[in-house]
Amino acid sequence: MLSVRGLRRPGVALETLDLAAGACVAVRGPSGAGKTLLLRALADLDPNQGEVTLDGEPRDAMPAPRWRHLVTYLAAEPAWWADTIGEHFPDWAAAAPLIAALGLPEDCRSWSVARASTGERQRLSLARGLAHGPRVVLLDEPTSGLDDEARRRAEDLLLEHFGRGLGALWVTHDAVQAQRVAERCLIVADGRAREAAL
Amino acid sequence: MTTIPLELSDLALAALLIVINGGLSIALQLDLERQLAIATVRMIVQLALVGVVLTTLFAQVSLLWTGLAALVMILFAGREIMARQERRLAGLWSYGLGTSCMLVAATLVTLFALTTQLHPEPWYHPRYALPLLGMILGNTMTGISLGLHTLTSGLVRERAAVEARLALGATRHEAVLPVTRAALRSALMPIINSMAATGLVALPGMMTGQILAGAEPAQAVRYQLLIMFLIAGGTGLGATAAVLAGALRLTDHRDRLRLDRLAAPLPAASRRTVT
Repeated sequence: MLSVRGLRRPGVALETLDLAAGACVAVRGPSGAGKTLLLRALADLDPNQGEVTLDGEPRDAMPAPRWRHLVTYLAAEPAWWADTIGEHFPDWAAAAPLIAALGLPEDCRSWSVARASTGERQRLSLARGLAHGPRVVLLDEPTSGLDDEARRRAEDLLLEHFGRGLGALWVTHDAVQAQRVAERCLIVADGRAREAAL
Repeated sequence: MTTIPLELSDLALAALLIVINGGLSIALQLDLERQLAIATVRMIVQLALVGVVLTTLFAQVSLLWTGLAALVMILFAGREIMARQERRLAGLWSYGLGTSCMLVAATLVTLFALTTQLHPEPWYHPRYALPLLGMILGNTMTGISLGLHTLTSGLVRERAAVEARLALGATRHEAVLPVTRAALRSALMPIINSMAATGLVALPGMMTGQILAGAEPAQAVRYQLLIMFLIAGGTGLGATAAVLAGALRLTDHRDRLRLDRLAAPLPAASRRTVT
């Protein structure tokens, strides 16, 4: 589904990656190695070179917003631009089941962003990123601020989406989590990302 | 129209007020006397020079010299716009963007007034062209500096929020809209406020000047209204062009936020406060 050839940007390079529908690749490596830079380059959020296609359609052939709609990057620290949670969801009906599955109350729609805790915001950001139906998600430590229960819910929700064809690159520092959610692994080190044993 | 002529001794007497202020500053250890003295001397020298230049230009009534004087005014105002930015665009853009938007807006509005409402003979007569341009320029300059300042500092501050929207598939226009809106609001607020308060709180300087020079208040009011319309038009056009162009420059054709196109931040001391 997602195919990458010769991706280059300052800080990190990735020669080859093929991601099938429903597959999840764990992205691992020391802090500052360029894992976030790699995900940002795939989402075309920073200038980069390389051939990236989704179902054979080149990234450069479609407008960048369309690409990011299909290949959605979720930052490690979610950002908010409006006052209330609900304003960040263009289609609340689509997001409500995800929000419920993540263990958040239905009435959080009217919460002010400031009221939500770090962990709640992280889960809301995950729901926000899944609600519009991307084909691939680029997850930057999506469960780093969550307690065990919330982390399990987030993993279950994502695994369920993988089962329905969602592809993912998942940055994690947790080797056990990588075993649980991914079949393959990319190691980012010395400015290069290469495939390695999980 | 008659003006009561001012002797130099009259001015010296009025300048005593500044001396009193300076004395107060020394007595109360306010540390303002140095800045006060420098500003006063600058004002005297600059205005005296302007007096000489205007006298010469009025004697010539030449399109070339009037045009040159206008250009110099615009280039100085452009420098001022750049000096007021906390985060400047990198390279020539830092001077070029604000200056070119101001050049186009102020020139268009001034030419519009000269050729359709005022009709001086000849149309470029410096007695009309230069004061008109000066007033439009001063306000357009403030509007553009405030707009660009709010735009660049807003994009730096709201970087994560702008990029979160981009990452979810927003276009660059959608993603930066809150920041451009704030930038244009802050650019236009001074002129909107001054239109709303004019006449009630303060009598505008130009109108007061005309009345002091013996003009009928009704005519002076009409001139003031004309100037306010021109100033609002010039500020609106210039600031909108500068903010939209700045937003385009700080994003790219692939809808990315490009803060790498800003120069490194300046130390606080080397920058002027935004007024």
